[in-house]
Amino acid sequence: MNAPVKFETTLKDWETDQEVRWCPGCGDYAILKAVQRTLPQLGADPSNTCFISGIGCSSRFPYYMETYGFHTIHGRAPAVATGVKLANPDLDIWLVTGDGDGLSIGGNHMMHVLRRNVNMQIMLFNNEIYGLTKGQSSPTSREGTKSPSTPIGSFDHPANPCAFALGSGARFVGRGFDVSKNLPDVLKAAHAHQGAAFIEIFQNCIVYNKDVFNDFAAPKGAGDRQLWLEHGKPMLFGDPKAGFDKGISLDRDTLTLKVVEATEENWKDAGVLVHDQTDRTIAHLLIEMPFGAFPMALGVLYDDPRPTFETAVIEERAKSAAGKEANLAKLLAKGQTWTVEASEGHPTD
Amino acid sequence: MATAAEKDTPRDTAPDSVVVRFAGDSGDGMQLTGGQFTLSTALAGNDLATFPDFPAEIRAPQGTLFGVSAFQINFGSREISTAGDAPDVLVAMNPAGLKVNLDALKPGGLIIIDTGEFTKRNLDKAKYDVSPLEDDSLAKWDVLAFDISALTIEAVKPFGLGNKDALRSKNMWTLGLALWMFDRDRAPIEDWLKTKFKSKPDIADANIAALNAGHAYGETAELSGPLQKLHIDPVEAEPGLYRTITGAEAISLGLVAGAQLAELPMFFGGYPITPASAILHHLARLKEFGVTTFQAEDEIAAICAAIGASYAGQLGITSSSGPGIALKGEAMGLAIMTELPLVIVNSQRGGPSTGLPTKTEQSDLYQAIYGRNGDAPMPVISARSPGDAFEVAIEACRIATEYMTPVMLLTDGYIANAAEPWRVPDPDTFEPFPAKFLDKKNAGGELHPYKRDAKGARPWIKPGTPDLMHRIGGIEKAVDTGHIDYAPDNHQAMTDARVNKVLNVEVPDQEIAAGEAGGKLVVVGWGSTYGPIRRAVDNSRAKGMDVSHIHVRHIWPLPKNLGELLKSYDNVLVPEMNTGQFKTVLRDQFLVDATPLTKTSGQPFSIVEMEEAIGKYFDGIDDNEGGQVDVNDTQLPSSGG
Repeated sequence: MNAPVKFETTLKDWETDQEVRWCPGCGDYAILKAVQRTLPQLGADPSNTCFISGIGCSSRFPYYMETYGFHTIHGRAPAVATGVKLANPDLDIWLVTGDGDGLSIGGNHMMHVLRRNVNMQIMLFNNEIYGLTKGQSSPTSREGTKSPSTPIGSFDHPANPCAFALGSGARFVGRGFDVSKNLPDVLKAAHAHQGAAFIEIFQNCIVYNKDVFNDFAAPKGAGDRQLWLEHGKPMLFGDPKAGFDKGISLDRDTLTLKVVEATEENWKDAGVLVHDQTDRTIAHLLIEMPFGAFPMALGVLYDDPRPTFETAVIEERAKSAAGKEANLAKLLAKGQTWTVEASEGHPTD
Repeated sequence: MATAAEKDTPRDTAPDSVVVRFAGDSGDGMQLTGGQFTLSTALAGNDLATFPDFPAEIRAPQGTLFGVSAFQINFGSREISTAGDAPDVLVAMNPAGLKVNLDALKPGGLIIIDTGEFTKRNLDKAKYDVSPLEDDSLAKWDVLAFDISALTIEAVKPFGLGNKDALRSKNMWTLGLALWMFDRDRAPIEDWLKTKFKSKPDIADANIAALNAGHAYGETAELSGPLQKLHIDPVEAEPGLYRTITGAEAISLGLVAGAQLAELPMFFGGYPITPASAILHHLARLKEFGVTTFQAEDEIAAICAAIGASYAGQLGITSSSGPGIALKGEAMGLAIMTELPLVIVNSQRGGPSTGLPTKTEQSDLYQAIYGRNGDAPMPVISARSPGDAFEVAIEACRIATEYMTPVMLLTDGYIANAAEPWRVPDPDTFEPFPAKFLDKKNAGGELHPYKRDAKGARPWIKPGTPDLMHRIGGIEKAVDTGHIDYAPDNHQAMTDARVNKVLNVEVPDQEIAAGEAGGKLVVVGWGSTYGPIRRAVDNSRAKGMDVSHIHVRHIWPLPKNLGELLKSYDNVLVPEMNTGQFKTVLRDQFLVDATPLTKTSGQPFSIVEMEEAIGKYFDGIDDNEGGQVDVNDTQLPSSGG
């Protein structure tokens, strides 16, 4: 990687002249603004930034970013982005996908971009529904979701995007939601991570799956329902103004998490866990915490970099080419050859 | 065709060509034997063509009929254009190899048999009730039966190998005998064995001993029976440096050359599939030429990653066979819509679905020209022989980069695996076509990513270029600006622009391969039917028939003069290894009364089949309707798969 040169930009520099065509009130607007606010803070260069998307409402995102953008085909954005990154590893790539695009039709590519660890930020907008095709249930829809394709309620078990990512070998897993003021911090951490950084962003589809995340995203009582994780900090939640009143602890006999009463003063004695973002096991437990009995784990759930795919490809290419001459004439004449001499019937010219 | 002598003619008059087939169990190393025999043939200066034919199963049960692997080579002192119709010599390493291949053998031909493998167990597996060595079922051929297995064990005894390991050298013993029969030098094979078994010198020595023993057997057996030495003179060929090359090698080298001529790094996205994988394997070893190979998670990812690399400024290439090409269809549409260069190599095999993975066919022509959603025009170009594939690959790279378009290169299983002598070209004789990238705004202070040049191509703009940020995608775009635009007149204009760009791709005028413009009959082929058509037309012309041969390389767009040329003949016969796809295209494009001659048995056409079809036009049959070649196993074995 080249040493990052900080670019001076404002939010306006990242807006295109194209009319934004999402439904009024769509959570995508908030995510777009969060990204456009974050990029100037990162000192990012619009000429060196590339947004790549698949198909769906979320995948219209590149058209609204004044950067390079490639709106590809359904589910295949991770594969296209892998080719772009291998061809130009210096590009800063943001992948935009949704729950249908990234986990249904493109689930295979998502798995492989994560396990290969291609350096890019992957934003999966999860609205638990197919929006652009008018509201069918998706692989993240909760059981019982009524939709045109499931008129009496869906009955298949939903996928957990962060668990899928971790299981696929992702080395960064983050979670946020569209209108959260903390979303830019998650995006910044993802950007700082060298490798495939997976961010699930809960996004409100106000037309087909309205307010489905209100149980934890609504401002009222948010402290009790949101566990914002910070590396090295105790896992406390509750009313922050009152110094929190609950924490997450590990039951070491059953290897499960539990909620304990705890405050900023007594959390140590209460056995509250300190968030270690490199702890894969705890990350898994946090991702799988059933909401209701537990709060929704948000923020950087897991961040433990390892060498990226493009670095490995460059190294392999260098190793394979080492000591070899790129001489086409010699390559063509490789192996056992013989010469036919000119005879009377075949002049050499 | 005058090949080996008939049974009643003395063998010492050397024929101008000979067809040899090695057949045995998948585990007997027949492909290796054939490959090395090919090398020695090439070094002897003969022209040649080969046909490896092996089962789809990697290790089919030993001794079974469907586990037979065969390698056929036709070589001679004259120009050789096919792997030959009927073998003059069959080497059968086991009963199954004999049974599967016997019908193909020319009457009076020679059979060499390893009696060591003609056990009760192997005869049962090959479904022989009585050993063919003990009844008179082989009477119409010369049979030379001896215990190659025992002779091999004896030859490698000094190296202390167990019987099982010793028998692995059986194929080298057989090769040694074959080298003696055709008066060949053993040294290149010895060198090859020493290199191959560098880390196991014992094994190398054992194999060399087996090779020498086989050769010595020929010397001592010379005076007895049908085994006689034949010397085939070198062919008269254009002067120059030669090597043997398979289609898969030629395509790989052509793609490397094409990328170099375009002055671009190459990105190759592939997924394992028979028979296309060989290209991925070749390119994976050529990283020093700025090649990146990427084995993707599936066919779709392979083409999508190649599209991504092209978008980022490299030459994206992907390769597959029929079923994989079908999976790539949607992504081809994306490359057409975003107007990015891309080369898609299709090594065709028998279909539909999984079909015949290891057998050849030309049945993806419709898929190549028409097989995408929407009006999705794409240039299609085809290779007619292993050597030709080199030039065709360069041509595909040129069209892709000059016209900003995906290009499909059609080859097939036969070309991919077959070898022929190839005059090594001088890379300096190829005209470079350096790719150009836009580096500043192109429309009066604005950027128009879809502003077209005289060829109809849009500019290539690398992400990372300062101040040229823009968005592309699969949604219809406005003329010039490339913004999303669904307006009726815009879609009409963009559809027309895409179609016209491809129709106006400059392709050379069609040449006549044999014969002349006008006349009673023209045989029109494309792809790997070149060899049998060429030979059959030459033979028919020698008999006085007014027949010409046209072989089309540019399938889409077709050469501009092709229609007029075809109309200058009374009859147009189109032989294809499909049910008549190119025939339909020719009828559609030129309103000519093209007649199909089809074959879909997974085997190439034989020269005889082709000559018969031509002959009908000169037998007083006024309205010849072509037809379908009878399914037969006499051309080459149909061994499982």
